[in-house]
Amino acid sequence: MEELKIISELKVVQPDFIPLEAVSLYPDEAYIKVKGEQFADICLVLHKILPSPVEMFFAVDERQKAQKFILNCVFVSLKKSLWVTVSTDISENHPSFDSLAKNIYSANFFEREIYEMFGVLPVGNPDLRRLNLHDEVWPKGSFPLRKDFKAKQPGELDSYKFSRVEGEGVFEVPVGPVHAGIIGPGHFRFSVAGEPIVNLEIRLGFTHRGVEKLFEGRAITEAVKLAERVSGDSAFSHSWAFSMAAEKICGITAPKEATYLRGIFLELERIYNHANDIGGIALDVGFSFASAYASLIKEAILQLNEKLTGSRYLKNINQPGNLEANFTLEKKICLIATLDKVMRDFQELVQILYSSVSFMDRVDTAGVLRKKTARDLGIVGLAARASGIPTDLRKYFPGIYKEAKFKMITQESGDVLARLKVRIQEVEESSRLIREFVTKLDFSRPKVKLTPKSGTALGYIEGWRGPVLYWLKTDINGIIERCKIVDASFHNWQGLSFAALGNIIPDFPLCNKSFDLSYAGNDL
Amino acid sequence: MYRIFKERMIKGIVTCRIEPDLRQKIESSGNELKALIQQKFGRSLHIREVDTGSCGACESEIIAANNPLYDLQRFGINFVASPRHADALLVTGPVSKNMVLALKKTYEAVGEPKFVISCGDCACGGDIFVSSYYVEGGVDKILPVALHIPGCPPSPMAIINALLVFLREK
Repeated sequence: MEELKIISELKVVQPDFIPLEAVSLYPDEAYIKVKGEQFADICLVLHKILPSPVEMFFAVDERQKAQKFILNCVFVSLKKSLWVTVSTDISENHPSFDSLAKNIYSANFFEREIYEMFGVLPVGNPDLRRLNLHDEVWPKGSFPLRKDFKAKQPGELDSYKFSRVEGEGVFEVPVGPVHAGIIGPGHFRFSVAGEPIVNLEIRLGFTHRGVEKLFEGRAITEAVKLAERVSGDSAFSHSWAFSMAAEKICGITAPKEATYLRGIFLELERIYNHANDIGGIALDVGFSFASAYASLIKEAILQLNEKLTGSRYLKNINQPGNLEANFTLEKKICLIATLDKVMRDFQELVQILYSSVSFMDRVDTAGVLRKKTARDLGIVGLAARASGIPTDLRKYFPGIYKEAKFKMITQESGDVLARLKVRIQEVEESSRLIREFVTKLDFSRPKVKLTPKSGTALGYIEGWRGPVLYWLKTDINGIIERCKIVDASFHNWQGLSFAALGNIIPDFPLCNKSFDLSYAGNDL
Repeated sequence: MYRIFKERMIKGIVTCRIEPDLRQKIESSGNELKALIQQKFGRSLHIREVDTGSCGACESEIIAANNPLYDLQRFGINFVASPRHADALLVTGPVSKNMVLALKKTYEAVGEPKFVISCGDCACGGDIFVSSYYVEGGVDKILPVALHIPGCPPSPMAIINALLVFLREK
């Protein structure tokens, strides 16, 4: 029914609009298929009426079966708890479409990705530089996500063109890909006029491993292992989002017991990462005591994870329809005891930070990401909430979080302090949620049998950075034909390049850490 | 300031607060390691970390090895910001094609004598990523690797222990 409501809303703006197909694939997913020439218009209207940034935009190669490419553009309506996919077919003879990015900025990076991976041209997009397949090592004309791709073809190499700022006294500072810390690789090109940064261009893709292609041809039961290795610090968010997509396709739901356990582990992942980031922010202003203190909190949770699941990063426990943690009463007691201790330390850490004037002085008004900018860029998750955008999948979609009356945390100022405060309050909320979920456990271990089916589905989880999205397409044997992953980092790296403007380079690590984005989750 | 003092007094030396058997393990392998590094390098061992496409879990564990609990630094092993200051490279990840040049350049920047340690399953042979179109499939395809630390990711203890065994043999 939801798809009909959306269609009638669309018709208010576009009276002559007739979709080729409109169905509800699942209670939380509507699918609208349109003609190629209407695609850009309908996406723009949806973008405005929902309102929603482009959450996902990707191509599927169906040339072998149907001589076409399919484009899917996914929006979200938080109020309706609904994902809306607009889809269109593209002829294999003329693989091109009218660019959405001309009107919707958040479609821009997705279009660049579609162009580099499939060779499907977004007509009118002014920026077609490649993101992950670097021109220096990958020749033009090899499109790895096409089904008939075997190996790269010999061809001409090129170099990347950075945008340049010119003028008297403007100079460039290149940083990376190998950074000073123990951290992932990326290249930052600062243009500075005097001290303030006037432009920051972030070039990523250094950890590109071709993950989406690796998913293809794997059975859904085996592919969880790969999902856990997309972004190591979000291993559980990724395995849950993937499992959710697989469960939807197979028409099963995970048992309540497993869902509560998943909730507990997702919040543990959030706590250890938030503690890590709070410590990182302290370290980047040179406050080493607080940083060391935070690293002990993180370590305590990692050791707890190991006791509960056998893995410090919560790997190898999630399976579609199942969660193998062997959760017992002793583990429950251990969990609550550790949580009490950790939260006591955490409160102390917060007090230490808040009572340090020099620390507060550094984080206050540093790295401001304004609400308008965040909206235009399609920023998601924690960074969006810190800039005053109320967005959290846990709040808006039905499930265990809604039952537990999840409280969404937002801040208005969008600076490093705001992101710090969101983290601090989210840790407190996570602790409350874990205690609530634990009371629901009955220590039964029901299992759901998974029967492979063909179909498509979207899995989504609010990880600690923001939404982790998995779009899956399987064949009749449950073999994956296409898997599109969007980590919150993919949207939010652009936010960082705007938040850094006007700051001095020595404050950049601070801005960077306050976002703490994944290199691997972005580059895939 | 008062709170910091208070916490210091309450917590004492945190390194003692870990479980006794684990603590014993760290101390025993750690002290042996310190002696070996002094014997082989005459002073401390400085390591530069390079990520060539890891998921970030290995980095997290390497950082954890430097936290007050495991405190790798007290045994003379330091992670440094520049390859110019390093004796060894610690490389993670299956080596994405985009990182080949950066990895080679970082290696060239390290002064002699130098050696390379690979860390994590995918750094050794590529593991789950080996069939990808965009990875080289292991650090040893690009550089001579003297030591490999297995694990996905290796725990901080595994990292300390692997270094110990290696230095004993070298």
